[in-house]
Amino acid sequence: MSTQIPKQTEESTETETEADVASKGDERRAEKRRRAAEERARRQEEEAEKAAADEDTIELKVFRYDPEVEGKQEPRFDTFHVPFTKGMTVLDALMYSRDNYDSSLTFRHSCRQAVCGSDAMFVNGGQKLACKTQIVDLEEPIRVEPLPHAEVQKDLVVDMEHFYDQMEAVEPYFQTNEYPDGELEEQRQTRENREKVKMSTRCIWCGACMSSCNIAAGDNEYLGPAAINKAYRFAMDEREGEDIKQKRLEIIEQEHGVWRCQTQFSCTEVCPKDIPLTEHIQELKREAVKNNLKFW
Amino acid sequence: MHEHDVIVVGAGGAGLRAAIAAQEAGADVAIVSKLHPVRSHTGAAEGGINAALRDADSWQDHAYDTMKGSDYLGDAPAVEALCQESPEEVIQLEHWGMPFSREEDGRVSQRPFGGLSFPRTTYAGAETGHQMLHTMYEQVVKRGVTVYDEWHVMDLAVTDEEDPADRTCHGVVAYDIQSGEVSGFRADNGVILATGGMGQVFDHTTNAVANTGDGVAMAYRAGVPMEDMEFIQFHPTTLPSTGVLISEGVRGEGGILYNSEGERFMFEHGYANNDGELASRDVVSRAELTEVNEGRGIEDEYVHLDMRHLGEERILDRLENILHLAEDFEGADGLTEPMPVKPGQHYAMGGIETNEFGETVIGGLYAAGECACASVHGANRLGGNALPELIVFGKRAGRHAAGEDMGEAEITTGKDGEWEAADYEFEVEVGDTGGRDPAAADGGAVATDGESVLEAEVDRAKDRVDELLARKGRNHAEIRSQVQETMTDNVNVFREEGRLEETLGDLREAREAYKDVAVSDPSRTFNTDLIHTMETRNILDIAEALTMGALARKEFRGAHWRKEHQERKDDEWLKHTLVSWNDGEPELWYKPTILEGENKTYEPKSRSY
Ligand SMILES: Cc1cc2nc3c(=O)[nH]c(=O)nc-3n(C[C@H](O)[C@H](O)[C@H](O)COP(=O)(O)OP(=O)(O)OC[C@H]3O[C@@H](n4cnc5c(N)ncnc54)[C@H](O)[C@@H]3O)c2cc1C
Ligand code: SF4
Ligand code: FES
Repeated sequence: MSTQIPKQTEESTETETEADVASKGDERRAEKRRRAAEERARRQEEEAEKAAADEDTIELKVFRYDPEVEGKQEPRFDTFHVPFTKGMTVLDALMYSRDNYDSSLTFRHSCRQAVCGSDAMFVNGGQKLACKTQIVDLEEPIRVEPLPHAEVQKDLVVDMEHFYDQMEAVEPYFQTNEYPDGELEEQRQTRENREKVKMSTRCIWCGACMSSCNIAAGDNEYLGPAAINKAYRFAMDEREGEDIKQKRLEIIEQEHGVWRCQTQFSCTEVCPKDIPLTEHIQELKREAVKNNLKFW
Repeated sequence: MHEHDVIVVGAGGAGLRAAIAAQEAGADVAIVSKLHPVRSHTGAAEGGINAALRDADSWQDHAYDTMKGSDYLGDAPAVEALCQESPEEVIQLEHWGMPFSREEDGRVSQRPFGGLSFPRTTYAGAETGHQMLHTMYEQVVKRGVTVYDEWHVMDLAVTDEEDPADRTCHGVVAYDIQSGEVSGFRADNGVILATGGMGQVFDHTTNAVANTGDGVAMAYRAGVPMEDMEFIQFHPTTLPSTGVLISEGVRGEGGILYNSEGERFMFEHGYANNDGELASRDVVSRAELTEVNEGRGIEDEYVHLDMRHLGEERILDRLENILHLAEDFEGADGLTEPMPVKPGQHYAMGGIETNEFGETVIGGLYAAGECACASVHGANRLGGNALPELIVFGKRAGRHAAGEDMGEAEITTGKDGEWEAADYEFEVEVGDTGGRDPAAADGGAVATDGESVLEAEVDRAKDRVDELLARKGRNHAEIRSQVQETMTDNVNVFREEGRLEETLGDLREAREAYKDVAVSDPSRTFNTDLIHTMETRNILDIAEALTMGALARKEFRGAHWRKEHQERKDDEWLKHTLVSWNDGEPELWYKPTILEGENKTYEPKSRSY
């Protein structure tokens, strides 16, 4: 913050008497003192405000559980008071609590910038990436819990194996038999087609969508929104060709595939990457119908 | 005990590419990674991958730009390999389905990046690394490569002959984060370290929390030198409050830097009269801090990066991710206001000393990616040159470890070349002095067969874990932040002798404190307290080697600016800094840079942009 004091302009004093000059000088000095006092008061006020802001603490209620440690085997909530700083996220508050109050507080995190997908949690009743969730946007006390519908391993860490298995069930890799001539030739793709798959390729495997989905909660074998979106990513990529698309539609049409989705939009709502999941699932349903394949 | 032909430690771009290559060469490969592969930090890369793909471009031009960018501290054989092989590798990614941004004709798009004489940076929006990481992980899934995820590798199992060049690596010891079990991983053919960056040595960094330089520190303790550690890249455009990166792509597309007086300072204050905002990263970082130091910064801390004039359509098409980052992490709307930016630690040019095939001085031990230093970046890395490094050198290391004959290396490793001892006296004691966490290869009894080397290492690791869990003492977090603060205050973009010495003193204190470190969480399930405690040891080793190298290098080259030495001194300093771990003490020495390429010698020229 700059605290510039306005420049005093030197006026010509040729026609003025010395007394005039002296009194003008006094005036000017008085004026200067007044401004300086004002400036000081303003700064003090600002500092007081800042100090008050520094003292501003937030209250965090964090789910705790550890199967190994006596006293933590019964799930409970611990309360942490964290000094608030501008721009603070839920992840920052958790890290502060861990580093300053309880080093056994456990959660996954790494990138702090919404790309690694490791810190999806249940914050104030919604699936969120902790690193991307600003404290100022939340109501206090802030409740932080592990993702629902997944087995809790410890504190905020859940077992992701099932999620990974579902992702891998859709053959999540590019498949094609047609390569261009020449080693250094790319398989061309139109801009429109890239645009079409673009959103679907942004998934960071955080698991928020799966955790929010009622159907997935009731049917453990349901592929779930993330895996279906992964299938969409390839099925809609023009470079794979029609035969492979056919195979992909068969995978997502199976008993626990797209037709389970009841368009509740919860996945789309929670996805931190704004992927239009429900829309993608619907589009695959339409494709499947168009292909006139059997469905349950 | 697990047994495979090749063990790859780390599952970022370099680790995945190495695993695919080793598998293609016929080896049984396993990846051991402390994070699930898709959580690796390669996913954060935004800007793009350099490759000379077009007729009007050539690998020779790419090599020339890279050598110049490196301020002539790159080794030509490695640089030329990078530039020759990256086109093929980028097209390979395309054939694996990577969703690159496209031109009208359907080919992959390219854009200009700092320090490049041709717009040769291919990209996928502003999320190139994410797309690359996922594309390669998909190939790993397709091939059924074994992945042990959430296993933290603690140390290497290396024989302990006197001379590191006689030692052999037989595998690694890892800790299963989910269950607390310590286990040996035997590698019959080779271990490839691909553990990525070490940004956590600093507190303002673009790097992930997991980037603690584990591989570098492990290799160092086993006897492999760390090379050119003083060369740390500070990226000129990171968000002030978090260190989150705003890609160079913004400047590549035409983004402009302004100071508090609204001046386009890169030109108006003459920092780079030709290239302006697109001068190389060290030049722009220094320019920004000079503006701030001379009172033309905003809030005495940062400058503005403006992309509004590019127009919404272009921004959404090519830089959409940047809008989200600025909004989510700084509350700035890039469409209607300039974004605040300042320099932050970004990339380690130095690392584990390797030759151009990823081999280290220890038999059966390889390294690739950011943790390695084959010397492609020298004193300063060009933007967009790290991602091709991962795939080119990941592939090379993978094949070599799987047994392919790669021929004779031109870059030497270890002290068998023309090495030269450093003559520098540090004011404080450096090194471990009898800590409780001894080096891997510590000159004890020489075990002969791989099996028992690994078993001995597993036992040692188990003891270490038990001890950390059992005793009472200090919390690692305090020590870690002590290190990060002194490094950020004193070993940053601008460096001066007194403060570097002071840092060595601070690190000495931190080392002493670390002797009493203890883990307070007694659990065997997902004990992150324990993991962070082990990582902190690695941070300490790295911080020290980095500061030693910076103190001893009395010149100004690339990213290494020294107050007392404002000139590049080619007569004396065309050489690599190496730090070896010798019985609990770091030893500093040098070896010459290789400027002879395939058909030409890269003569040092003054570097102006
Ligand atoms: C924000 C950002 C943007 C960037 N943008 C670009 C760009 O546009 N272009 C470019 O060329 N470069 C860019 N870079 C640089 C480049 O992305 C990195 O250098 C590169 O991704 C590092 O890849 P890696 O495979 O070496 O390591 P990482 O991707 O970091 O992977 C490291 C792996 O090692 C594992 N690991 C680490 N320690 C252990 C241990 N003890 N035990 C087991 N496993 C371990 C981790 O789990 C992880 O899987 C960027 C870097 C950052 C930080
Ligand atoms: S689709 Fe969205 S919510 Fe679901 S895993 Fe991917 S990023 Fe997370
Ligand atoms: S820490 Fe990586 S997504 Fe939040």
